[in-house]
Amino acid sequence: MPDLKFSDAVPDSDERAVVDALISTPPVEQRSERWVIGGRAREEECRHLLLPGLHALQDTMGWITPGGLGYLAERLQVPIAEAYGVATFYELFELEQPDTEGPLHHVCVDPVCAISNSASYIAELRTKGHRVHESPCLGQCERPPAAFVQIKHGASQDLAAATKTPIKVAEAEPSRLLKRIGEIECTDLETYRRHGGYEALHLAINKGGEHVIEQLKKSGLTGRGGAAFPTGVKWEAVAAKDALVKYVVANADESEPGTFKDRVIMESDPFALVEAMTIAGISAGCEKGWIYIRGEYTTAAERMGAALTDATAWNLLGTNILGSPYNFDIEIRRGAGAYICGEETSLFNSIEGFRGEPRSKPPYPTDSGLFGQPTIVNNPETFLNVLEILNNGVESYRSAGTTNSPGTKLFCLSGDVSEPGLYEAEFGITLRELLVRAGGVTGDLQAILLGGAAGSFADSRHLDIPLTFEDTKAEGLTLGSGAVMVFSSRVDLSAVLMRLAKFFRDESCGQCVPCRIGTVRQHELLIQIGNRKPTSDNDLLLEEIAAVMTDSSICGLGQTAASAVQSAVQLGLIGDKQS
Amino acid sequence: MTVTRSTEVTFSLNGQQTTVAAGTTILEAAQETGVEIPTLCWASNLTPVNACRLCVVEMEGSRALVPACSRECEPNAVINTDSERVALSRKMVLEFLDTTNDLTQSSELQTLIELYGADASRYSDPVRSEDPVKVEDDLFVRAYDRCVLCYKCVEACGDDAQFTFAISMAGRGFETRVSTEFETPLPESACVYCGNCVGVCPTNALQFKAEFDLRQTPDWDPESQTSTDTICSYCGVGCTLEVHTQDNEIFKVTSPSDHSVTAGHLCVKGRFGWQYVQPPTRRPPTNH
Ligand SMILES: Cc1cc2nc3c(=O)[nH]c(=O)nc-3n(C[C@H](O)[C@H](O)[C@H](O)COP(=O)(O)O)c2cc1C
Ligand code: SF4
Ligand code: SF4
Ligand code: SF4
Ligand code: FES
Repeated sequence: MPDLKFSDAVPDSDERAVVDALISTPPVEQRSERWVIGGRAREEECRHLLLPGLHALQDTMGWITPGGLGYLAERLQVPIAEAYGVATFYELFELEQPDTEGPLHHVCVDPVCAISNSASYIAELRTKGHRVHESPCLGQCERPPAAFVQIKHGASQDLAAATKTPIKVAEAEPSRLLKRIGEIECTDLETYRRHGGYEALHLAINKGGEHVIEQLKKSGLTGRGGAAFPTGVKWEAVAAKDALVKYVVANADESEPGTFKDRVIMESDPFALVEAMTIAGISAGCEKGWIYIRGEYTTAAERMGAALTDATAWNLLGTNILGSPYNFDIEIRRGAGAYICGEETSLFNSIEGFRGEPRSKPPYPTDSGLFGQPTIVNNPETFLNVLEILNNGVESYRSAGTTNSPGTKLFCLSGDVSEPGLYEAEFGITLRELLVRAGGVTGDLQAILLGGAAGSFADSRHLDIPLTFEDTKAEGLTLGSGAVMVFSSRVDLSAVLMRLAKFFRDESCGQCVPCRIGTVRQHELLIQIGNRKPTSDNDLLLEEIAAVMTDSSICGLGQTAASAVQSAVQLGLIGDKQS
Repeated sequence: MTVTRSTEVTFSLNGQQTTVAAGTTILEAAQETGVEIPTLCWASNLTPVNACRLCVVEMEGSRALVPACSRECEPNAVINTDSERVALSRKMVLEFLDTTNDLTQSSELQTLIELYGADASRYSDPVRSEDPVKVEDDLFVRAYDRCVLCYKCVEACGDDAQFTFAISMAGRGFETRVSTEFETPLPESACVYCGNCVGVCPTNALQFKAEFDLRQTPDWDPESQTSTDTICSYCGVGCTLEVHTQDNEIFKVTSPSDHSVTAGHLCVKGRFGWQYVQPPTRRPPTNH
């Protein structure tokens, strides 16, 4: 008997075909009751194909059928209950047959799109008989209302790319990270090379990994994914490990509301990410890289895929890269609609074919990351900074920004500004200056949500704070992912708060009690308060819910799920301000 | 002066210098020294998942509280297990659970709710976990409105004991639930009815059908119940059984979780195959 019992449901021939195309290991063979070739030992080799397999099934049938799931689970030797548990974790997978075969429109209802009439767009789609899913932020905040259309038997499309509106990119100096983005669009290797591409890789190969890490440490580069951890220290820790297998991961799950910088990087300068990841591999002794791209970024995934193909063709990836002793390959994984998969350990679980539940830390990724191996995980913007540092030197790098926050930062401006878009600025720029560069606030400034849903509110009192890690921290603010969502006085802030609370309620992975239930209770309480002034009992309960989520949640999602709400309370933005 | 070898860790536990073997968790260290820390998702015979967060304690230098059940003691750590911050966190976890689940059949949780002053009445109309009781066979029932999602049954069914993997967490967030694939009824799933999930469930969400039936009658009477230790008569492994009876009728069979042979886990025969002990006249077959 094989080790596991699978389902009796029969797969369709199309489902069989797409699953077989994905999995190269032969099916388990049962020669007799006591002789089975290939059993659960298979799981270890193939389980990471579960997520791509689910995508393939969803695309083929328009939903994931019992027969299809059973066949996929059996081929991978993943218990079918677990495969179901994984599939139901993600927003983009449907486990029940939809009523119609038509496309599913995911329309963003998060704050910036909500104040730009996503509700009426949704109503319009529904009137026309379309299926609509009210989606969390889709990372197209510069052109609201954002939408993503999921199509059976076809390439799903993020409308942003489909409409091809060029992204607004700052022209102002210094343009470092964005220098190839905007006018040029370095989506082919030739253009990329002509604009300085692959110089840093040559340098890294010639000077070696120790030099690279030394430069990174001197540069003071810290992670741009939210936690601001020193990048050089991270790379050094992985370089020091003598594990046989080590990994480099680019965290391109970008789902923090108000954030779209990584999408722009991948769509417009994909080779830069490939080059920087290769340098990371060379520096820390890793031969395999993974790019985890959020499921809704289909254009970014396509362009990254094309870049990988080109880079491999030119031996910029593969074995003995450019004649050096170094080997490095990169694989792309698409997410499937789960904000939490941007948390690094949750991302590892997602790649490995498990539910995207964060792991307990310690151990940290540098000790035990992807597949339990030492792993460098960085944000795409962090990776781009590495190229800057190597190409122009530490001194030039540090000439921008402040001592503790050197360099430049990408800011995603959205909401009530004249020119929403992606702006690069030196650390230390103030909110006021940033708003001026974006053409100013349309209307009277009411509040700014800085750092995304996990960030906090600022208002006119904060306009002159230098935007650095240290200064924002001192003010109880956070730069987070660089999201700057601007709300003028036309906006009903309690609706914004309720939407933020709903976001966390929907996106909690559900693993730990403080966050699974706390996010629900916080949302319920905000609904109950509505536009009233909160009573002292309301305030106390909100505060105690915030305390347990912040203190006792497993991961950053629960730990920050109350910060925007609490900051709104402190600034007096909640409830009836007139009273 | 204490000389600490690398195989030992010395740290401060509620102000007391404490030395334990390296690799000891804070919870184990506390248990060794008689310090009480409440737990829910932890069990001695399962891998810690640290999901309930009831066991959190304060560790100096750590921004967040840390779960005692899985966090290993670190040299020179300063740990406080009953600060105000800790008590508030535990009270809130208990309130959250109490506003969500039917906890009436878990006496440990009832005691803790009392102890920490958790007050579910502060919440107006909280959404609860509702699910009709699943009665699919004669062996055990699943009442998921009691389920606190502690992962214990999933672990016991999976690679902590049974390796059957019939159940998994499914869904996300507040909608997370324990489920077979596509909610298939247990008899058609991979389940082999070892009952190990029932054995580890802390809230009685999973319970023997015999117990469930008895609880439906006015006769349910914990005072008059006894537990008798015996050895399973089916095979040569010789698992220890604890046979729980009321009025001389069996309603549940368990095995001690610290038992060297079973670690609390049994197979379908030892767990559910007791009918031959009771003359059929005394216990009419249950039909549902
Ligand atoms: C809920 C949550 C979501 C996150 N989402 C992202 C993300 O989309 N992209 C990202 O780079 N980091 C994200 N992070 C941070 C990562 O865990 C990790 O710190 C980061 O990828 C490390 O890269 P860096 O050092 O370059 O910033 C998230 C963290 C949490 C808690
Ligand atoms: S804090 Fe929330 S998202 Fe993070 S592990 Fe806990 S339930 Fe999951
Ligand atoms: S009875 Fe055994 S096999 Fe069935 S679900 Fe419970 S632990 Fe798994
Ligand atoms: S059914 Fe019981 S053991 Fe399983 S998760 Fe729920 S409470 Fe825990
Ligand atoms: S007992 Fe430690 S988190 Fe549940």
